Amino acid sequence: MPASDSMASSVVEVRNLSKRFQGFTAVDNISFDIKKGEILGLLGPNGAGKTTTIHMLLGLITPTAGSIHMFGLDLATHRETILQQVNFSSTYISMPFSLTVEENLKVIARLYELKHIQQRIDDIVKKLEMEDIRHRLTRKLSSGQMSRLTLAKAIMTEPKVLFLDEPTASLDPDIVNKIKSFLKEYQRSEGLSILYTSHNMREMEEMSDRIIFLQRGKIVAEGTATEIIQRYGQRDLEEVFLKLAREQNGP
Amino acid sequence: MSLGRIVALLSRHMYLYKRSFARLLEIFYWPFLDLVVWGFITIYLEKVGMSLHGAVSFFLGALILWDVLFRAQQGIAVSFLEEMWARNLMNLFASPLTVGEYLVATMTMSVLKVTAVGGLMMIFAWVFYSYDILQMGLSLLPFVLNLVISGWIIGVLTTSIIMRFGQQAEVLAWGMVFLFQPISCVFYPIEVLPPVLQSLAWMVPPAHIFEGMRGVLTTGNAPVTHLLWATGLNGGFLVLIVAWFYHTFNICKERGMLVRVGE
Ligand SMILES: Nc1ncnc2c1ncn2[C@@H]1O[C@H](COP(=O)(O)OP(=O)(O)OP(=O)(O)O)[C@@H](O)[C@H]1O
Repeated sequence: MPASDSMASSVVEVRNLSKRFQGFTAVDNISFDIKKGEILGLLGPNGAGKTTTIHMLLGLITPTAGSIHMFGLDLATHRETILQQVNFSSTYISMPFSLTVEENLKVIARLYELKHIQQRIDDIVKKLEMEDIRHRLTRKLSSGQMSRLTLAKAIMTEPKVLFLDEPTASLDPDIVNKIKSFLKEYQRSEGLSILYTSHNMREMEEMSDRIIFLQRGKIVAEGTATEIIQRYGQRDLEEVFLKLAREQNGP
Repeated sequence: MSLGRIVALLSRHMYLYKRSFARLLEIFYWPFLDLVVWGFITIYLEKVGMSLHGAVSFFLGALILWDVLFRAQQGIAVSFLEEMWARNLMNLFASPLTVGEYLVATMTMSVLKVTAVGGLMMIFAWVFYSYDILQMGLSLLPFVLNLVISGWIIGVLTTSIIMRFGQQAEVLAWGMVFLFQPISCVFYPIEVLPPVLQSLAWMVPPAHIFEGMRGVLTTGNAPVTHLLWATGLNGGFLVLIVAWFYHTFNICKERGMLVRVGE
């Protein structure tokens, strides 16, 4: 049962979510909401369970326990309806190499059964400044251009919820800036909700309305960046990160 | 089931084949060479008078039909490998695409491949050996359809193994079908097998089909019993294998292997 009070504003509701891989607990009983139009930052050291959480939210990994609701629907029973309105991008994903950028976008557009495909592609290519690579083979893209392509494929489908797993990891500062303002703008105008992971603390502070700090699969801190920084008596998020991560590893 | 999403997957493969000479070659190269070698063998057999009556028909017909089976299974397994190599499985299965739609799309791909290869082999055989497989008439059609379905079954089985065991199982995409070749009795009648294998062969749909094909060649009409057996077995196995595929897919999602397959 989804918690009903928060239903009106929460587009994503995660309750008591756990994932165990052969005895190893990667995600340990976490609960959180993402509200409409909110950017939630997911922070944590390597291996904290961020990617596993996102993969569960995308239906790619089956949770061991707990529930995921989006738009008031259970992901376990309404996969197609939910995923139609969700998309993701990550530095670590790829797209078919032997297709051009435009062909890849066309396939995705068809996969999400979008209307006016050519128009959408024209728009997104322009917005993400990809005109010059539009007809290039995906094989020939630099890693930054590849990131832009996977971001384009995610945004083109006009999702209501977007999962971004280190989307800016391999981009140059100029394009990072552009993408950040683009995402912010898009979030404001379309009421897009975003779950965002990054190892860049400044970016995290700038982008996120709220932050969840994951450690060994558990949520150890939650709140706005300012709240978390104050709670741990540090100067910035980076120091909080170091403090928490070192506590985990021992002095 | 969404037609749009199936078409999306098909278009992805079309773009791939349109651009990849190596992939196009791979479709036509082996069947063509097979045909050349076997064609000469049959001509030689006829020359030295060892002529089993209509040796050409037997071998070339069997060869073309075997290729139907081979390409049908390969169409399925290689489509999956392409997604694995391209690390595209995540993009696909985090979209609304369902497992059922995925299977239908790859089955359609396999039919397209079979039609292309089969058509070309027919033309080669006709041009070079004046061998017209269509002389067997329309009675051949239900046999071909059954072979395609058998190909799907082996292809889906192969795919599920690759999904489960990753890259190390890749080679099965080309080899798996040959495991079934001895008991499919492609080039020889079923009674040459030892009794144990004979009873096993009767459980294998392609064995009925090749046996039936020899029937068409010798008597001129389609042996209905073989056809019914093949169709019944194929239907049963197809349902089983699709259920098995769903099961494997769920195991992979549980173990987090879907996002890692191929790594
Ligand atoms: N399929 C799997 N089988 C077994 N263990 C897994 C599997 N997937 C992830 N893990 C383990 O779960 C833990 C969490 O991994 P996850 O990728 O979610 O971390 P992360 O927070 O995204 O880390 P990073 O910042 O390095 O990307 C790790 O210890 C990882 O080894």
